[in-house]
Amino acid sequence: MAAWKLNPGMPARDGEMNAKVITIASGKGGVGKTTSVANIAVALASRGQKVTCIDGDIGLRNLDVILGLENRIVYDLVDVVEGRCRLRQAMIRDKRLSELYLIPAAQTRDKSAVSPSDMVRLCDELRSEVDWILIDSPAGIERGFKNAIAPADRVLVLTNPEVSAVRDADRVIGLLEAEGKGPAALVINRLDMSMVRRGDMLSVEDVLDLLAIDLIGIVPEDDSVIVASNRGQPLALDGKNKAGLAFQNIARRLMGEKVPFIDFDTPNVFQRLLGRK
Amino acid sequence: MGETTSLIQIKGIRDGLLVTLGDAAWPDLVAAFIENIESRASFFQGGRVVLDVGSHDLRVAELSKLRDQLSERGIYLWAVLSESGLTERTAQNLGLATRLSKPHLSEVQAVPEQLPEDAAKWVKGPLRSGGKVACEGNVVVLGDVNSGAEIVAGGSIIVWGRLRGSVHAGAQGDETAFVCALELAPTQIRIAGAIAVSPEKQKRKQPEVARFQDGRLEVEPWHAGTGR
Repeated sequence: MAAWKLNPGMPARDGEMNAKVITIASGKGGVGKTTSVANIAVALASRGQKVTCIDGDIGLRNLDVILGLENRIVYDLVDVVEGRCRLRQAMIRDKRLSELYLIPAAQTRDKSAVSPSDMVRLCDELRSEVDWILIDSPAGIERGFKNAIAPADRVLVLTNPEVSAVRDADRVIGLLEAEGKGPAALVINRLDMSMVRRGDMLSVEDVLDLLAIDLIGIVPEDDSVIVASNRGQPLALDGKNKAGLAFQNIARRLMGEKVPFIDFDTPNVFQRLLGRK
Repeated sequence: MGETTSLIQIKGIRDGLLVTLGDAAWPDLVAAFIENIESRASFFQGGRVVLDVGSHDLRVAELSKLRDQLSERGIYLWAVLSESGLTERTAQNLGLATRLSKPHLSEVQAVPEQLPEDAAKWVKGPLRSGGKVACEGNVVVLGDVNSGAEIVAGGSIIVWGRLRGSVHAGAQGDETAFVCALELAPTQIRIAGAIAVSPEKQKRKQPEVARFQDGRLEVEPWHAGTGR
């Protein structure tokens, strides 16, 4: 008998959710992983997607601050893993977007409190509830990184256009390939076109040439990202800002849309006036 | 032929390395396995391991400890084969596979311990930062060798791509060894006992070859047809 006839009474799978687990990693610290996770999550949620972010940086949690949810934490990731609460109880609902949740990291523990298999189990439990699970990997390539990539269906490798960050991204891509988690997709963060034009910064082409993986986003340098993070108001909420738009575009590409990359190399008004005549 | 000691047996299979543990006490087996790994770190580095534990009954604590020990040494444990139902359930709880994709033992292939002379180790690139290739013979890389990657060869090194990492050819003293690449810009290059760094900002992007000549390293363009 054909397998599909065995359960004629099963509900259609259409209504069921089967989340994609996306991990954001970089190797080097300070390139903007947490900010990117917050903004991509906000961008996905603002498109009607149900999203849960998991802060994988146990002991150095930040994602709650950037999302502006730090004062709502009751339970955290380690409480779930160690059975002190149910998964649902650790999910903090965002104040602006009702389909966005955060599972915060524990601040008083360290990475060894969670194992890769704990993360796999936790994400498997969540999969049926949401469309997207975004995991913020800590810097480094040790336990925390391994925890963060264990459940991932897809890994976004984030880098800045500078030599040391690209070198670390290269290492992370190599580790992902070795773990069978490839191919990773690349996000280039904090690109400053005026520095690239002066020859003081690696260009997008230079970075791609070195890392040889697919690009999924280019985020321009923007002072308002820091301001927004400090206020706990992710930039992708307003969408007029260029960096916010870049994060919106990453979300759309994750959802399968073909979105052309923004050309940040457009001349300024003065140059344009001269050129147009 | 697989490497054999009294306690453990290691064979190369299509899915990685198959490590078969014998009937001794579990702590002894683990100790022997770890010791084996540490004596041949480069052989295991980055390897995918399938563990055949026979009839040992293993609980989560034992198996997850071993997996962590392996992962600390850069080895990925992805499957556990066992005749014990308890061990199988343990492995499944830890998210490990308990079956190979094909009937396993029939597919076991021997990994030659020593390559014949003049043979080369074939590496599919890119070789990324942190990647290391060590071989007693020659090494051929198809793809880039990025900064932070390292190749050590008893013989010569050929990179069909950009060479930006560190390389050591003739590592056991062979002064006739050479290094060539489509773009030769290594962080550091050694041939036999000589050591050099790339000149700053070289403009020419052409295939080049580095050799040991008159006690120093000489780099020259690769001339098609002349074989040098």
